[in-house]
Amino acid sequence: MILKFNKSKSNQDIELKVKSRLPDIIFKNVTLIFAFIIIFLVLWIIYELYKDAEPSRDRFGWSFIFNEEWEPLKEKYGALTFIYGTVVSSIIALLISLPVSLGVAIFLSEIAHRYIKTTFSFLIEILAAIPSIIYGFWGIFVFATFMRNTVQPFLQSTLGFLPFFKGTNYGYGMLTAGIILAIMITPIITAISRDMLKAIPQSQREAAYALGATRWEAIKMALLNAKSGILGAVVLGLGRAIGETMAVTMVIGNRAQIKASILEPAYTMASVIANEFAEASGSLHISALIEVGLILFIVTFVINSFARLLIFSATRKYDVK
Amino acid sequence: MELNSITYSKAKLRRRKFVNALMLSLCVVSALITIIPLIYIFFYTTGAGLSSLNLDFFTELPKPVGEEGGGMANAIVGTLILIGIGSVIGIPIGIMSGIYVAEYSKQLFANIIKFLTDVLTGIPSIIIGIFVYGIIVLPMKKFSALAGGVALGILMIPTITRITEEMFKLVPMSLREASLALGVSRWRTTVSIVLRTALSGIITGILLAIARAAGETAPLLFTAFGNSFWSSSLDEPISSIPVQIFNYAISPYEEWHNKAWAGAFILISLVFVINLIVRIITRQKYENTV
Repeated sequence: MILKFNKSKSNQDIELKVKSRLPDIIFKNVTLIFAFIIIFLVLWIIYELYKDAEPSRDRFGWSFIFNEEWEPLKEKYGALTFIYGTVVSSIIALLISLPVSLGVAIFLSEIAHRYIKTTFSFLIEILAAIPSIIYGFWGIFVFATFMRNTVQPFLQSTLGFLPFFKGTNYGYGMLTAGIILAIMITPIITAISRDMLKAIPQSQREAAYALGATRWEAIKMALLNAKSGILGAVVLGLGRAIGETMAVTMVIGNRAQIKASILEPAYTMASVIANEFAEASGSLHISALIEVGLILFIVTFVINSFARLLIFSATRKYDVK
Repeated sequence: MELNSITYSKAKLRRRKFVNALMLSLCVVSALITIIPLIYIFFYTTGAGLSSLNLDFFTELPKPVGEEGGGMANAIVGTLILIGIGSVIGIPIGIMSGIYVAEYSKQLFANIIKFLTDVLTGIPSIIIGIFVYGIIVLPMKKFSALAGGVALGILMIPTITRITEEMFKLVPMSLREASLALGVSRWRTTVSIVLRTALSGIITGILLAIARAAGETAPLLFTAFGNSFWSSSLDEPISSIPVQIFNYAISPYEEWHNKAWAGAFILISLVFVINLIVRIITRQKYENTV
């Protein structure tokens, strides 16, 4: 028996004895080296961020995270306002995007006709592929104006008594950034939730119909069964929102402040790096910006790992891709 | 059963039917809501872009404020150069690591690579910019096309690794067995049979990676930086379409905004065309296999 083959594992079990195995060994190891480049690259990125942030880490310690002050002239740096801006804008994005994305995912997996489904999936792919700079540019010239002239005056006149909607109406701010972010993360949440819904066996819905359930009740069953996968999709969307740079930088107003009002301008971690890095004054400033990057990296890393774990275990449960 | 419970269940049924209709229509509405910004952005960019797009845009350098005309020729060439460097780095690493994962690796190692490509995809692109700044810009003491290209290359790797792995797994085992049975060595089988079969799928992945890289702005801000003049040397700052759009968009000049819209139109057309090509290729493939 010269050919040993086991389908349940992977292809690695094919063993063939030929005259010279040297080229095979070389080829295998060359591809192995390239695979190791990926491992090496991720570790190198972590090391580089950690090392370059050292002056700032030494100087400020943990207070870097809890300090609001960011004053390059006084050489005082604290990232709290940026962390606040990132967290709040991302949460706004998630709150807006979640119901819509779920709706679209249900529409695509349960309701739409085949041809509509293909067209719609394509449009959503395009929505995901539009560069973030274009969202930002459109945000500045079209969407922020719309927010300033229509949406925000309306919010202030109806809900203005709440602290979240007080303050000056610039058009640029947390809410505008949150909505643009929501548009940008909807495709990814939709796509993964749709796959998760599709992975729920059709027989479960049929069982629900057989018991007299309406279509929505059957869908609700499927949603409940897919919930961990959908949670994964949502967390992945959150990770995207947190790391998004250009579009947010262009519409959030870039003012380092912590205000209760979501109409006020704010500043995010990614935005401060984008705005100040190239013109940073001195090495401590650069180092502080890199530490902001390090925090951003750690946060997105943890969030994405969690999301992938949820999605991974959800797909394995139903063994359908 | 008493009459009471029947009327009760009728009312309940009516309510359930109403909830059903309401929720289903909400799903349709949310699908429509999602498409509105896409259509708006697409037509607005096309409208504003086409009106300021002319031949000069592709052949002229940017002009200072106040002067008529001028274009983005250097940024267009710059983006092509940056993508070229990115491809030289991203495509080989992506394909070769994908081959290892699909053909040779043990399950555990495959999962580690899969996880790390997910990590790389999830890292905000601006962080890649910081990383490349640390390893290339600082030692060279200046912004350069090389640094920008490396940043784009790193961003391209995970997409290509994953698509290579997935496409390799779609190639039927019988093809490999047939080749091996003819006495062809393992690596020749991988390269001439499996890779060739999977090639069209891998190319779609590469196209998507290029489309994404072409629109990336954040990692270029402090690597390739930008340049208002011609530059083709790899150790000089270089202009690119997205960074140029950003600089023009945040400027206060109407003339520059129009130029930026033209640039945005080019980017959005690129993304649209590439996605359309990918869609057509994958559909043909799908129909062939079914």
